[in-house]
Amino acid sequence: MSAPLVLGVSFGYLLLLFAIAALADRRAAEGRSVIDNPLVYALSLGVYCSAWTYFGSVGEAAAEGIWFLPIYLGPMLAMLLAGVVILRMIRIARTYRITSIADFIASRYGKSPLLAALVTLITVVGIVPYIALQLKAVATGYQIMTAAPADSGALVWWRDSTLYVAMALAAFTILFGTRHLDSAERHEGMVAAIAFESVVKLGAFLAVGVFVTWGLFDGPADIWARAAVLPELRALARLGSGTGEGGFGHAQWFALVVLAMLSVLLLPRQFQMMVVECVDERHLKRAAWVFPAYLFLINVFVLPIAIGGRLIFGMETVDPETYVLTLPLADGARALALFVYVGGLSAATGMLIVETIAVSTMVCNDLVMPALFRGRGFGAYSGRDLTGLLLNIRRAAILGILLLGYLYFRMAGDAYALVSIGLISFAAVAQFGPALLIGIYWKGGTRLGALGGLIGGFSLWAYTLMLPSVARSGWISADFVAHGPWGIEMLAPERLFDLAGLDNLTHALFWSLLANVGLYVGLSLWRAPGARETSQALLFVDIMKRGDAGEAPVFWRGRARIADLEALAVRVLGDERGRLLFAGGQAGQSTGHGAGPLADAQLVDRVERQLAGAVGSASARVMVASVVEEEALDLDDVIAILGEASELRAANEKLKSLDQMKDDFISSVTHELRTPLTSIRALSELMLDTPDMDEAQRAEFLRIVVGESERLSRLVNQVLDMAKIESGQAEWHNSDVDLGALIVSATGGMSALFAERGTAIALDLPPAVPPVRADADRLTQVLLNLLSNAAKFVPEGRGRIEVSLKIAGDSLEVRVRDNGPGVPSADRAHVFDRFRQGGDALTRPPGTGLGLPISRRIVNHLGGEMWLESEPGEGACFGFRLPLPPAPEGEKK
Amino acid sequence: MSATVLIADDEPNIVISLEFMMKREGHRVLVARDGAEALEAIRRERPALVLLDATMPVHSGFEVCEAVRADPAIRDIRILMLTAKGRETDMARGLGAGADAYVTKPFSTRELLEKVREMLA
Amino acid sequence: MPHTRFSLGLWAAAALLFNFPLILIWDRDVTVAGLPLLPVAMFVIWALLIVLLAFVAEARPARRPPPSG
Repeated sequence: MSAPLVLGVSFGYLLLLFAIAALADRRAAEGRSVIDNPLVYALSLGVYCSAWTYFGSVGEAAAEGIWFLPIYLGPMLAMLLAGVVILRMIRIARTYRITSIADFIASRYGKSPLLAALVTLITVVGIVPYIALQLKAVATGYQIMTAAPADSGALVWWRDSTLYVAMALAAFTILFGTRHLDSAERHEGMVAAIAFESVVKLGAFLAVGVFVTWGLFDGPADIWARAAVLPELRALARLGSGTGEGGFGHAQWFALVVLAMLSVLLLPRQFQMMVVECVDERHLKRAAWVFPAYLFLINVFVLPIAIGGRLIFGMETVDPETYVLTLPLADGARALALFVYVGGLSAATGMLIVETIAVSTMVCNDLVMPALFRGRGFGAYSGRDLTGLLLNIRRAAILGILLLGYLYFRMAGDAYALVSIGLISFAAVAQFGPALLIGIYWKGGTRLGALGGLIGGFSLWAYTLMLPSVARSGWISADFVAHGPWGIEMLAPERLFDLAGLDNLTHALFWSLLANVGLYVGLSLWRAPGARETSQALLFVDIMKRGDAGEAPVFWRGRARIADLEALAVRVLGDERGRLLFAGGQAGQSTGHGAGPLADAQLVDRVERQLAGAVGSASARVMVASVVEEEALDLDDVIAILGEASELRAANEKLKSLDQMKDDFISSVTHELRTPLTSIRALSELMLDTPDMDEAQRAEFLRIVVGESERLSRLVNQVLDMAKIESGQAEWHNSDVDLGALIVSATGGMSALFAERGTAIALDLPPAVPPVRADADRLTQVLLNLLSNAAKFVPEGRGRIEVSLKIAGDSLEVRVRDNGPGVPSADRAHVFDRFRQGGDALTRPPGTGLGLPISRRIVNHLGGEMWLESEPGEGACFGFRLPLPPAPEGEKK
Repeated sequence: MSATVLIADDEPNIVISLEFMMKREGHRVLVARDGAEALEAIRRERPALVLLDATMPVHSGFEVCEAVRADPAIRDIRILMLTAKGRETDMARGLGAGADAYVTKPFSTRELLEKVREMLA
Repeated sequence: MPHTRFSLGLWAAAALLFNFPLILIWDRDVTVAGLPLLPVAMFVIWALLIVLLAFVAEARPARRPPPSG
């Protein structure tokens, strides 16, 4: 195919991407986000499938068979934990405006700039080969399409198309990712374009899969039938790829699964898409299964293409990594080949765009900015708008990263297959696993532990994996790899401490993660964390316990002038957004003395978090500290603040529920007061307006008026009583009370009423009981309430009420049992609620609905409790228990 | 002129006063003690007017009112809602449920009578 | 949370099914509908896990019973 055609299509495709991104950005500005959609979110996660997947999987499958698979089973495992681990990461990142993985780890361990820089450094070193891999894929694809001679080192650099691809992508990424500074580091347009790219690459890969399987062959069974007769192809569907590997092949499989599981969480582009660009955490639910389904689909045809390719090309020297292009081309399907080429382009560009944006953010916020502050001091930048500076640093970083990738590609690219380069990068980012994943669950992890773990793990990664790969490229002596430094076999990078038999990846992963976790946990346990580390650990680990950041405690004390904070915010965030932060007016101010209004801790925290979104939490910390006077917090302060915060929250909740109770109470009281008042007013008015009313009628009306008036005054008394008891204003005249005597006198007082209604009363009292400390009048009130309550419900003429008193352990128990209808089970839970009266208004005896609630409160106040025992149809039994005072020493048995 | 008036309220003393008033006006009076009874009486007797208490057992006055308005056979029956809750929201809810008029307790007998006369005119 | 527990259970099952020694069960010279057993088994297990995950993720959370009374 002609070079201009391929180039034209390539640039046309990039232009299309740009159009999609621009459109999405415009829609976002109009408030109609296209990426606020779970499917778009899931597709954007498809950025995991880079050129490595697109070309490399087939290459791997052609050589190793089923072994290409673990890299995609790992993400499946990770997504099974989406609702547990990823949700937590998203919640933390959104709450504290974390915009990169370096920021995340640094923030967790006390906003440590050192940690942020270290993570950034590891990322850059680890990711550059991966970037080179994508460039290599694009370059190879272009060569195959244009049938140019294979790139040899002799080609002069200015005629190297790969360089131009890198430059074009840099320009494109800069246009995409750094058009404006966003305090949440969200890129709507980019996400939309990446989701689109995911669709393109999946479509293209499925197309070539169908073409090979049913176009070149007669279905998958046909491919296998032909392959099965060749032993070397037959082995591709088996684990051993032969026999005799023993247990160590198993270790490699396991290592690959674990590695992929960590990578899908920790690769900069995955973190960017999954965590930073997540618009709505509810999208995660669908993405959790759509993304694995996407991986499933893009892998279904890998084996058929790989085996088909080997059947067709046989012993010819066609690189299996190019099968997806060379198979259609060999058959003359040029249009399909072009489509597949575009698919490969989309796989590579998607990865490059997101990765460079993510890494450039880290480089800018966590390497360059802190260096600038330290070099000339933050003061040197005072008075300048920093937004332009920040964007320019990021643009330079994007260009720099792509150029580094290009350099690596020129120097080492040919020595390696795509898959091995990719795995080196995977193993590098896997080093973030312990500090990040353990750190969000374990409060005990410290900055020292994280630093130690990362340095240890990274060093071993470099020594056991990176160094041998460099040696293989011929830069340093291969002797070093074969026999160890200075001939010390024990230190040979791929057989450290004579651990032989493992493949080099598993070997490196084992040693680096062992050192990493060991140092992380060991150092964390060795030295207690500082105050800021502790406070950040609390904020991170307890994230799921809080609704949003507003409820989290703020670990800050000091003096900050609002004017200073505002000036800082304006410089970093720009005029409009900076001022918006303070638009809340008086909120957040505390009283100032001469120097202008002061900000409270909440406002300082809010400003710092907004700045963190733009420059990273570590830099934001430095900036805020430079304009305010802070008190250094120690561990006790952190604990004290935490205590205050939870007390405050508890107090607020209590106030809210009290408020609700008060409202309910007032509305019930109003209702209860209005009902008797209505009768009284209506009947009185009628009597007044009807002079000729007959005497009997008038007498009945008057009787009702009197009855309702009594009900009203009883109600008023009880409401007041209740209010007094509840507010603690009631007076209690406690003395030693003989409960038996009290029961006798209470029942005696009501005997006339009982006799009138034909109710029998039976007392069951022991001859003598020890006295209780209580207010005799109030206790009588309780007994009268229970007795009159019982009297109301017993059948007329054959009612029976039993009152019993007995000593139960260290308390006295009183029971009032009646032979009424009992309490229906539905009402049992509410008999002690205010204004809940049994029965309906017509049949129920007069009462206010406050007697039982008041009685219970009195008993509770005296340190006892009241309850209801009732079986429907068997009558009700109300009981209460009062504690006996502890017996004096001398009288003990 | 004589009409059939249904009084639906669960407070016996209030029923007594309303009954006295309506009888003195010369109307035939029916009494219901809860929402279900009220609905049944309305369907059976088709009264000209219902004095409906908002807070009753079984079905509240609001529910009865909504049920009446939803039933084509009885939807034209006039309803005067009585309630012990005088809040604006209850008023709105009552009118929203389709009551023709709304009186809060305690009510003035004269005003109530005027409203009843108006509604039966 | 039953949801979390289910996720963890599913994860543990998947971690076992995708690793040694369980995948050795499929590692034999047998074909299913003309296709080699091992890849077929891996893809089928994978698909089943996706379906289960989708089922859990998309199922509406069970409505809590209304507070009594």
